[in-house]
Amino acid sequence: MANKRSRPTSPARAFARARLMQGNVAIAEGAVAAGLGFFAAYPITPANEIAAYLSRVLPRRGGVFIQMEDEIASLSAVIGASVGGLKAATATSGPGFSLMQENIGYAAAAEIPCVIINVQRAGPSTGLPGGPAQGDVMQARWGTHGDHPIIVLCPSTVREAYELVIHAFNLSEQYRTPVILLTDEVLGRMSEAVELPLPEVRVVERPRAEVPPEWYFPYDNARGDVPPLVPFGQGYRYHITGLFHDKAGFPTSRLDEIQAWQERLFRKIDGSVDRLARIEEEETEDADTVIVAYGSMARSARHAMRQARRANKRVGLVRLVTLWPFHDAAIERISRRVKRVVVAEMNRGQIVREVARVSRGRTQVVGVNRADGEMIEPAEILSAVEA
Amino acid sequence: METGVPEHEYLRPHKKFPSVWCPGCGIGIVMGAIIRAVRARQLSRDGVAMISGIGCTGRMPVYLDFNTMHTTHGRALAFATGLKLARPDMAVIVVMGDGDAMAIGGNHFIHAARRNIELTAIVVNNRVYGMTGGQVSPATPTGVKATTAPYGQIEQAFDIARVAEAAGASFVARSTTYHAIELDRFIARGLEKRGFAVVEVLAQCPVFWREPGQIGDPVAMLKWFRDNTTTDPDRAASGKILRGVIVDRELPGYVESYHRLVKAGRKREGA
Repeated sequence: MANKRSRPTSPARAFARARLMQGNVAIAEGAVAAGLGFFAAYPITPANEIAAYLSRVLPRRGGVFIQMEDEIASLSAVIGASVGGLKAATATSGPGFSLMQENIGYAAAAEIPCVIINVQRAGPSTGLPGGPAQGDVMQARWGTHGDHPIIVLCPSTVREAYELVIHAFNLSEQYRTPVILLTDEVLGRMSEAVELPLPEVRVVERPRAEVPPEWYFPYDNARGDVPPLVPFGQGYRYHITGLFHDKAGFPTSRLDEIQAWQERLFRKIDGSVDRLARIEEEETEDADTVIVAYGSMARSARHAMRQARRANKRVGLVRLVTLWPFHDAAIERISRRVKRVVVAEMNRGQIVREVARVSRGRTQVVGVNRADGEMIEPAEILSAVEA
Repeated sequence: METGVPEHEYLRPHKKFPSVWCPGCGIGIVMGAIIRAVRARQLSRDGVAMISGIGCTGRMPVYLDFNTMHTTHGRALAFATGLKLARPDMAVIVVMGDGDAMAIGGNHFIHAARRNIELTAIVVNNRVYGMTGGQVSPATPTGVKATTAPYGQIEQAFDIARVAEAAGASFVARSTTYHAIELDRFIARGLEKRGFAVVEVLAQCPVFWREPGQIGDPVAMLKWFRDNTTTDPDRAASGKILRGVIVDRELPGYVESYHRLVKAGRKREGA
């Protein structure tokens, strides 16, 4: 993408600016660059480096780091801090992510911005703490009880992890919603060269109220799909609850109030799919087969795609950067063009169900799956491409 | 700062009364005591946050004209921890029932006390789950019958104030809804304390408390509090429930310690 500030750089200069950075550290640094003011977490492998880094850096910058007594408390404190006006985040892995589900629903319903980083490991249960997986894709979408919209982002490189965590904070503030960043053990613990700062990244601040306190309603359905959230202590006294609530935030059981709120809650995210859902296509113009992948698996998938191209096969790669909301329209368009879609993911088949749903039998949808704590190698993907 | 606001001004003007609480419930007495204590401390409504969990007591913040948040079951203290760290200048009051604070939220309760974070925690202890229909709680005394203990509770009850003391709270007091004037004073002292302050309030649940002679009779329950509690530790040793300020000690509060750390870090950086 063209950018006024980017200018041609010599490889030598780029090398001088590049830093070897671990994925987890890139997430921590990206969060700080996004304006992180509060971080609470509980120790868990393979996400620990994020908390270790932030426990060192945040106090020096006047931010808050706190190690809580468990993951439930961590997300609770994050939501509380966000209500207090700070950009707030937590980081965890599968077991901790499971514990956070109830409060993810709270943040979605009460519309409190926050960022939840899940460095996925193999599960279920304690699983393989040091083994990568992508088994939490559906949990990230549906894990909390009740219907709710959610935004889930999934980086493939260390550089992208840095960028997407900033994007996650931006979206959480713009859409007043929890945003989940799904990475995995491979991306979390690998190191790559990253050139910082990223020239094209901007930071979004929380929108302010445009009205005086007596006119302010934190859930005003008449003020666009995302009414501003004024932090506590600024003279706008109001109520927040996880119960169904009216525009002032008070519990309600009136159908008209519930319906108006619910419609807006879904509309604000599902109605913005085109803006929210990032998808990257490589070599898909003439492809008769595409590989769909996301996260660290996209690296293996790209390798498989290039090998196939070298053998003069018309194979493309579709990389999902946003997992949820799912980009139905983009996948549908692709499914009309190709004969086969191969979905490679480190689980027993989660996104493949979405691809099959959207393709509606127009194309052959094949899953390549592994959930044993090992990455899927390009050869395994290629055999599904060629089968 | 806003001071000297009449007591009724602390109630939300547009909030529909009557409250969700049953006739004869003790929670309203505690709410009144909180209003009087906040007023006595001359805290502005904008500078006060009230955080609650789930249960009958969890509904209290709806009625009070503060910055209020009704959170998930058991987690009020953890939410409040985040808010207090984000806004150390605000007085953060956490209201919980005995089930909310000591069962599902027991872990957060002991850790908030251990951390000694500057919150005022008020535990309305009616020794039973009211909202869900009278089940046994971790504060139900042995032998007392409840919806889920039809043959009587066989477990022992938590002594909430003692748990708070052992876990490290700076200030711990216990009173009852009968001793309403004493309660005002304890809550005001809790608000003043720089550290984790716990005020346990024995309260009546006229709907689900099933002790013979008290069933359905809030006045009998209040009289029971009068006759079975004492401020004399010796009499408490012979079976009565001890009221009073049980702990009042000077310990560094978490927010204070954290800000000392931040300041020291900035000095090292030369900022």
